[in-house]
Amino acid sequence: MSTPRFSFKRLWAVVVKEFIQMRRDRLTFGMMVGIPMIQLMLFGFAINSDPKHLPTAIIIQDHSQFSRTFIWSLRNSRYFDVVVEAESERDVQFLLDEGEVQFVINIPADFSRELLRGERPKLLLQADATDPAATGNAIAAINALVANVFDRDLKGPLQKLRDKPGPVEMQIHRLYNQEGKTQYNIVPGLMGVVLTMTMIVITALAITRERERGTMENLLATPARPAEVMFGKIIPYIMIGYIQTILILTAARFLFNVPMLGSIPLLLGLMLIFIAANLAVGITFSTVAKNQLQAMQMSFFFFLPSILLSGFMFPFRGMPTWAQHIGSALPLTHFLRLVRGILLKGNGLLESATHIWPIALFLLIVMAIGIKRYRQTLD
Amino acid sequence: MQAHEQSATDAPPPNAELVIDVSGITKRFGAQTVVNSIGMQVRRGEIYGFLGPNGSGKTTFLRMLCGLLKPDAGQGTCLGYDILHQSDEIKKHVGYMTQKFSYYEDLNLEENLDFIARIYQVPNRKQAVSDSLQKLGLHARRKQLAGQLSGGWKQRLALAASLIHNPELLLLDEPTAGVDPKARRDFWEEIHQLAAAGLTVMITTHYMDEAERCHRIAYIAYGNLLTNGTVAEVVSGAKLSVWEVSGPNLPALANELRHKKGIEQVVAFGNTLHVSGPQGEELRNAILPWMKPPYQWNQAESSLEDVFISLMGHSQDNFK
Ligand SMILES: Nc1ncnc2c1ncn2[C@@H]1O[C@H](COP(=O)(O)OP(=O)(O)OP(=O)(O)O)[C@@H](O)[C@H]1O
Ligand SMILES: [Mg+2]
Repeated sequence: MSTPRFSFKRLWAVVVKEFIQMRRDRLTFGMMVGIPMIQLMLFGFAINSDPKHLPTAIIIQDHSQFSRTFIWSLRNSRYFDVVVEAESERDVQFLLDEGEVQFVINIPADFSRELLRGERPKLLLQADATDPAATGNAIAAINALVANVFDRDLKGPLQKLRDKPGPVEMQIHRLYNQEGKTQYNIVPGLMGVVLTMTMIVITALAITRERERGTMENLLATPARPAEVMFGKIIPYIMIGYIQTILILTAARFLFNVPMLGSIPLLLGLMLIFIAANLAVGITFSTVAKNQLQAMQMSFFFFLPSILLSGFMFPFRGMPTWAQHIGSALPLTHFLRLVRGILLKGNGLLESATHIWPIALFLLIVMAIGIKRYRQTLD
Repeated sequence: MQAHEQSATDAPPPNAELVIDVSGITKRFGAQTVVNSIGMQVRRGEIYGFLGPNGSGKTTFLRMLCGLLKPDAGQGTCLGYDILHQSDEIKKHVGYMTQKFSYYEDLNLEENLDFIARIYQVPNRKQAVSDSLQKLGLHARRKQLAGQLSGGWKQRLALAASLIHNPELLLLDEPTAGVDPKARRDFWEEIHQLAAAGLTVMITTHYMDEAERCHRIAYIAYGNLLTNGTVAEVVSGAKLSVWEVSGPNLPALANELRHKKGIEQVVAFGNTLHVSGPQGEELRNAILPWMKPPYQWNQAESSLEDVFISLMGHSQDNFK
């Protein structure tokens, strides 16, 4: 081959063409905006769904007026259904293991005595936190509840016990979920999932479509270089990726009140690498696939492990080692950590770097395969 | 035969520079040899017709010339560039019009031309696109989506697009299939003007009248080049004898003649039959028994079509 030179003009020609085609293809365009919205609603609904009447066991080691008030107001909160009342821990622990109850609440012996002495006795709540979305609101409710549940009982000289930090201490043990995920994990994670899905599918179709419609023959007969065609097809979809991101971030902020501690510009900047990685996967698939159906199937073949093994569906540390190894190779895994780190922990560039380089490496490898596989001829 | 005469007058001189000069070009798909060691020389400014039955390898050959397919064997140059190693250079100077419409059906005419013009980095792009639309009479339809055009208009768009970067060599794969007679004539007019201005055109077609408008033609069947040269050379080179017979009940006569030794083709033309064979003497002997009233026999000129059908009968379909 004579030295082929990359031309930004030709790249731009492809970009312009892709934009026009994208604008004309209303269905696909609608899908690109619709998919994140639908997913947000689906998952958002799961978060919003505020499960109430969760089965609860109570261990009452102190029968007193205070215990009765507490149980009464638990029921009143509508989050807790006291299904079992027991005298000792042994009688109820297995219920939690088997998932018969979601919570076990322990009112210790000497509760009322310590309370009256102002010693701030501990109320222990053990929660089955496998599904943090299910328990989150109930836990929030009980925290609010203990602050003033005893107000009516503490009158006259006892009134001073109501002062901060309150008459009792609520101690919460989340079981089965060491990562202590909260519901806020889901919406940022969703961003990665939506991007993975749409970016790969849409670009996988992009080149396959050229071949299926016969326009590839023409494109190959022109001086357009593989890299120009690939990047030209990628750039418009990067923009779509950002539109999706902004939609999701807006919804996360205003619909689901997800905290955003870190810098949003930093997130938007770093996610470019993640978007590019997914687009590269899509383009590479399209160079292998013979038709659009195959391209679609390959995309889902990649999408499923991404969603299952990245830590989006299941806690990453809870997976078997082999699954963790596969998961570590996927860009979504690192992106989830990146987003959660920035949004929820307020991570900066330095902390984020550890999550960025695996994605960058993935991008380089896939891009190389894609350019190598892009057929310059019709053979 | 007006076009024929025209082509005779403005054909490039025999010593003109060779735009296509290839030899031994071979392409196999699996076990099947689709193009079998074909050599070809085309001069600058020439209109070169490329004919052959369906599946004979015309499209495949054109694709190898412009670097869309890699030949399995053979070498040569196209526009002075090596066809095996310099296809990037070749692509810049070749306009290729595919057999199947291959522009973007979801772009309008103007956008299609604009895209191609950008890809070829045509100077003064906007003007070039506008001129091209103007020249092909497409300006009024420039906002129409290519997918909504009729077949003939699509062909015109494709031609306009393949010309937009002022190529030196134009490869046209059945450009006039499905185009109406008037548009076809305009098309050929344009091709001849472009050729006179120095553009080399290689064109595949199944129409005999178009073949006769070419300066030179090549006939390929089942991957083999059977003959090439000017129309007159091809016709005389075939040494085909043709008799024209008229009289009563010609279909019955046709059936009787068809399998006689020395007779290759018996074709009805209006109220006459054309009987032809490769050996004049043998043919004469074969028809001798019928050379009496009520039949009237006249020796006729062999046509290009007679020659091609005869050639095709001689070659073997390598599929069988
Ligand atoms: N990509 C391919 N893979 C396998 N076989 C192919 C391929 N392309 C063409 N062929 C075969 O090569 C032979 C020649 O095809 P080609 O398209 O060159 O014929 P053609 O002369 O252009 O025919 P037509 O007049 O019908 O356009 C055919 O038998 C065809 O089936
Ligand atoms: Mg063909």
